[in-house]
Amino acid sequence: MSKTSKAARSSRAGVKTAGPATGKKKKKWDFRDIATWGPEKHEPGAVIPESGTADQYETGGWRTERPIRDIEKCNDCMICYWGCPDSSIVVKDGKMVGIDLNHCKGCGICAEVCPRDAIEMENEIQARKEEEV
Amino acid sequence: MQEITEIRWHARGGQGAVTAAKMVAEVALSQNKYFQAFPEYGPERSGAPIVAFTRLSDGPIQIYSAIEHPDYVLVLDPTLLDVVDVTAGTGENAVVIVNSEEDAADVGTRPEMSGKRVYAVPATRIALETIKRAIPNTPLIGALVRVSGLFPLEGVMDEVRDSLSKKFPEEVVDANLEAVKRGYEEVSGI
Amino acid sequence: MTRVALTGNGAVALALKQVEPDVMAAYPITPQTEIAQNYAQYVADGAVKTEYIAVESEHSAMSSAIGAAAAGARTVTATSSQGFALMWEMLYIAASLRLPITMPVITRALSGPINIHCDHSDSMGGRDSGWIQLYGEDAQEGYDNAIQAFRIAEHMDVRLPVMTMIDGFIISGAIGPLETVADEDVKNFVGEYQALNPLLNVEQPVTVGAFDSLGGWYFEHKVAQNRAMENAMGVIEEVGAEYGVLTGRDYAHFKTHEIEDAEVVLIAIGSAAGNVKSVVDQLRANGKKVGMMKVRTLRPFPYLQIAEALSGARAIGVMDRADSFGAQGGPLYLEVRSAMLEAQSRPQIFNFIYGLGGRDIFPNDIESAVETLERAAAGEKVSPTRHYLNVREG
Repeated sequence: MSKTSKAARSSRAGVKTAGPATGKKKKKWDFRDIATWGPEKHEPGAVIPESGTADQYETGGWRTERPIRDIEKCNDCMICYWGCPDSSIVVKDGKMVGIDLNHCKGCGICAEVCPRDAIEMENEIQARKEEEV
Repeated sequence: MQEITEIRWHARGGQGAVTAAKMVAEVALSQNKYFQAFPEYGPERSGAPIVAFTRLSDGPIQIYSAIEHPDYVLVLDPTLLDVVDVTAGTGENAVVIVNSEEDAADVGTRPEMSGKRVYAVPATRIALETIKRAIPNTPLIGALVRVSGLFPLEGVMDEVRDSLSKKFPEEVVDANLEAVKRGYEEVSGI
Repeated sequence: MTRVALTGNGAVALALKQVEPDVMAAYPITPQTEIAQNYAQYVADGAVKTEYIAVESEHSAMSSAIGAAAAGARTVTATSSQGFALMWEMLYIAASLRLPITMPVITRALSGPINIHCDHSDSMGGRDSGWIQLYGEDAQEGYDNAIQAFRIAEHMDVRLPVMTMIDGFIISGAIGPLETVADEDVKNFVGEYQALNPLLNVEQPVTVGAFDSLGGWYFEHKVAQNRAMENAMGVIEEVGAEYGVLTGRDYAHFKTHEIEDAEVVLIAIGSAAGNVKSVVDQLRANGKKVGMMKVRTLRPFPYLQIAEALSGARAIGVMDRADSFGAQGGPLYLEVRSAMLEAQSRPQIFNFIYGLGGRDIFPNDIESAVETLERAAAGEKVSPTRHYLNVREG
């Protein structure tokens, strides 16, 4: 919307006559100065020309308790994977390989649903201290 | 001022008044006239008294209110004469065409018909004898054409043939054409 | 060009068929039913390739239309009255997502008391939802507007949904002559649809409908919506003129009749404009200096043009088929009265509310409105400014 070409301003703008289906061209936003953007700079309809943008929104900082997994007890049953509301159980080749701490909010559902008590919730500050050591 | 011919149809739900108003519209279309056909809107219940309207003109019609002072009143069911005043709003020279076994002179003795030009046609009997169903609309159109001279009979017959032959076999088309023709011939009061 | 006999609904359904959108999501409601029915029949007969979504409510109709349009489909729906009201929250979402959905609205009263007949309470209530609003007088205008709506909505400077109104029953249920445009001419006129940021383009994944918080850009997006409305002002005229070249019927924001030397002017919207025009012709024949204006575009409202066109009038009567309870007058009255602050002159402006719940309007009702205006034009201070036509006051 920001730069409307002269051609697009004609009354037939919006009517496709030739060429590939639109939207095929990759758009990439440089949104370093987005805080200052006026109405014309955004895509119409508040569309964000990227998908999965929730990934960029790190919610790990909300956490007061951190899930700690006991690798000895875990048998990769994946019940924690289905229970996690934030897709923070990291899985690779059918194995539970860890927890995405950038997004885990520390809700404790994984610890609650684990049938083998392989996940325990630990105080976040305590966990960070242990991490530093 | 623009000349607009206004027709009001009285019938009971299911007797084909709306279809008749539509057929007259189709005829008008084929004669390059302007037209408007609309029912009095409301719940449609078979047997309940209903009213439909037709406007005809040589130019575009831009008035959309119900017809208050019709030039022609067509009554598809004689029993309605005792239920509604079919002449309401009509002027001195208004034409009333009634589907009736009675003669026009007898229908004309009713007090509300005083001063009107009254015609009668046994449309239900004609319908039963031609199309074998008690739907009196086509004979009544024949009577209207005769009384009003709004359209040539051949033009009406052509239009009825064209529109019906898209949907119905030849004997049904012929029966309807016969119904229009007999309505045209058997209307009394001319 | 072919002349056919069709109801207003039949005419609108035919226009949609000729455009043949990708998706139609509709729920039947009186008096729009015939549109949903006819279109479903077209689909069943294989006459169109449109995907017809038979939804369970109008809220779902508009939600489905939004989903389809966001996916990249050219999308239509149609409704009336309570159905329009049930779409309410989704109307705003369609407009704010800038989806070029088009929707014929067959205007009908809102309950209660329960009433199925014509007035403009439904569409007038949606005038601030962000949709472009075009009103037609008869079946021909309903057909023509339904076709033009696609070009207006899909213009890259606009990208807003468009609703096109015709009067319920009075027009939607009446059979009249319709001049149709050839199928291929309609297809060429609307052109192939060009989706903007479609969800189904896997090459360019996008996010639609993201949450926007306090530090976000909600305000900027609302300003962008209004700028698109401003752009639509010119686009509606361009498309209307181009349609005129194709069909001989050109369209602007409004149409005036006998207005040049008119001392009193009546303004109407919808089918009543025809009734008013007939009365104006009659009064002109009697030497009265009466004129009229038929408004087509209510959103965006062409207030500068209207103020200019009315600047010679000494008294103006605005006819509303909807009331705005507790306001100074009906919706069109408020618009016109406000617009006239841009004019050099200060005519007295009256509101004539008529036809609520399908109450008929007759020539003598319109003549009585003209009489009121004539007294004002002669210098009499007439009050009140709000009048009801053909209402029982016993």
